Amino acid sequence: MNAIGRWWRREWPLHAMLIPGLAAILLFSYIPMAGVAMAFEKFIPTKGLFGSPFVGLKNFRFLIDYPDIGRIFFNTIYIASMKIVAGLLVPITIAILLNELGRAWMKRTFQTLVYLPHFLSWVLLSGILIDVLSPSTGIVNQILGAVGMKPVFFLGDNRWFPYVMVVSDVWKEFGFGTIVYLAALTGINPTLYEAAEIDGAGRWKQTLHITLPGMMPIIVLMLTLNIGNVLNAGFDQIFNLYNPQVYESADIIDTFVYRVGVEQTQFGFATAVGLLKSIVSFLLISTSYFLAYRFANYRIF
Amino acid sequence: MRYKLSIGRRLFLGGNVVFLTAVSLGCLMPLVHIWALSLSSGAAASAGEVVLWPVNFTTAAYENVFGKPEYLRAFGISVQRVVLGTAISMLLTIVTAYPLAKDQRQFRMRTVYVWIFVLTILFNGGLIPWYLTLKTLGLIDTIWALVLPGALQVFNVILLLNFYRNLPKELEESARIDGAGHLATLWKIYAPLSLPALATTGLFTMVGHWNSWFDGMLLMNHPDKYPLQTFLQTIVINLDFRFIKAEDAELIVKLSDRTSKAAQIFVAAFPVLVVYPFLQRFFIKGIVMGSVKE
Repeated sequence: MNAIGRWWRREWPLHAMLIPGLAAILLFSYIPMAGVAMAFEKFIPTKGLFGSPFVGLKNFRFLIDYPDIGRIFFNTIYIASMKIVAGLLVPITIAILLNELGRAWMKRTFQTLVYLPHFLSWVLLSGILIDVLSPSTGIVNQILGAVGMKPVFFLGDNRWFPYVMVVSDVWKEFGFGTIVYLAALTGINPTLYEAAEIDGAGRWKQTLHITLPGMMPIIVLMLTLNIGNVLNAGFDQIFNLYNPQVYESADIIDTFVYRVGVEQTQFGFATAVGLLKSIVSFLLISTSYFLAYRFANYRIF
Repeated sequence: MRYKLSIGRRLFLGGNVVFLTAVSLGCLMPLVHIWALSLSSGAAASAGEVVLWPVNFTTAAYENVFGKPEYLRAFGISVQRVVLGTAISMLLTIVTAYPLAKDQRQFRMRTVYVWIFVLTILFNGGLIPWYLTLKTLGLIDTIWALVLPGALQVFNVILLLNFYRNLPKELEESARIDGAGHLATLWKIYAPLSLPALATTGLFTMVGHWNSWFDGMLLMNHPDKYPLQTFLQTIVINLDFRFIKAEDAELIVKLSDRTSKAAQIFVAAFPVLVVYPFLQRFFIKGIVMGSVKE
């Protein structure tokens, strides 16, 4: 038997095992990718992808000429960057504090509790937040009232809404975020701490000069990987919590595209914005992946 | 060896425990509040008397919710998608990760295939082309629309293949010598040994299916077919009137008072609350094993 025959006989089961997976991504990823062409069309569903008229960059023009577009981009980047920064600092702090706990059962109990919100959907959490933050009956405003403050309409006031988004997002995700940092902490060589102790370093100095440098690679990694999210301000969260009253401060690219593209069936336009977003995200992700590789020596596969 | 702790250190440790207790309770409180509301009388709830314990205890809200066939049907659809979705997803992930975990010597086209899969993370056609594809495939308004499109999660494949790669090579070699083919090696050696990683991906898939609402809203044309989270999103929490028919008005009034809302939220959260603490040990191990490499 020749070499190709031998190779095929040895490897065909491996190829065969990939068939279902390949079929899945072909149907649900690669075929939709071809549909990106409608970003350059005035897409008419009855005429399909090949029958709709080609309009060049008109869909992109529409986006740029849209009166509120500056506001929408600002909201997106403003909310997303605050989330990235807070979503980095809070889990790191909590991970270090958790690590200081002497007793394992305490650490485990706290961890279980702080993971909880991560596992609930934004639909449920928004139901909870709407109730808790309600200006008339919400418990938060009752507490504010008890200390003599005026009720705040957290979800209906443009001055508050972005910060409520950041705080509630951090509240949902910080616990889960600590997992990565706690893993990094257990990877730090304990002899370093012993040596520092002999040299007379206190706990604070040890944190500053051993713990933090030891965590640096993973911190750099998480930061660079999150930079790709600067245009993702959190559709699930904002869509479930916003209302026309706060569009001015709450409307982000994704919610805007959903309203115009899906609800008003501007399919070509929605696809164009989606394409623009994924190009920007792709550039950011590859740049930050390159940086992560360069500075933290991290590879995904 | 026990040191005598300095006063500053002891103050810090005490403060730390107090602080972390406060933080953890902060994560728990909102849910406890909702639970208390759901078991209180409507009057006590609107008067704002309920804090963290039910006032004028009553199960009326739960009777109301479980007496509504619409809610139960949505609950059933969610259970269906979790079971079907997790089973299909896990099978697909286990089988797909195996060939990709081989090295270049055993599977020459491995890198090509890996890139074919990874490209789908980096690029996607966006929502509308995705929706139109599903429509062309005739999946709209069927349970398969909720199960099949997300069945293969490339991230989970990568997690699992890294896990496979860290298993000792000798196991596979000895299985080969004993005459096991690829499928037998996968089912008898790789799959059982990767239980922590499988528990992790399985948990996330289950919770992901239970929690997802957007696909239901997009792919189902009538509330009859909504999974629970979509049902809650459109009918209970956001009261989206475009999806609501006139004859449903009475239902909405019943389901949207404060205690009923609280009961529905709590019922929808309950399965997740029960599952996740048990799998916590697995998922921490699983995540860390997939991500940390030598």
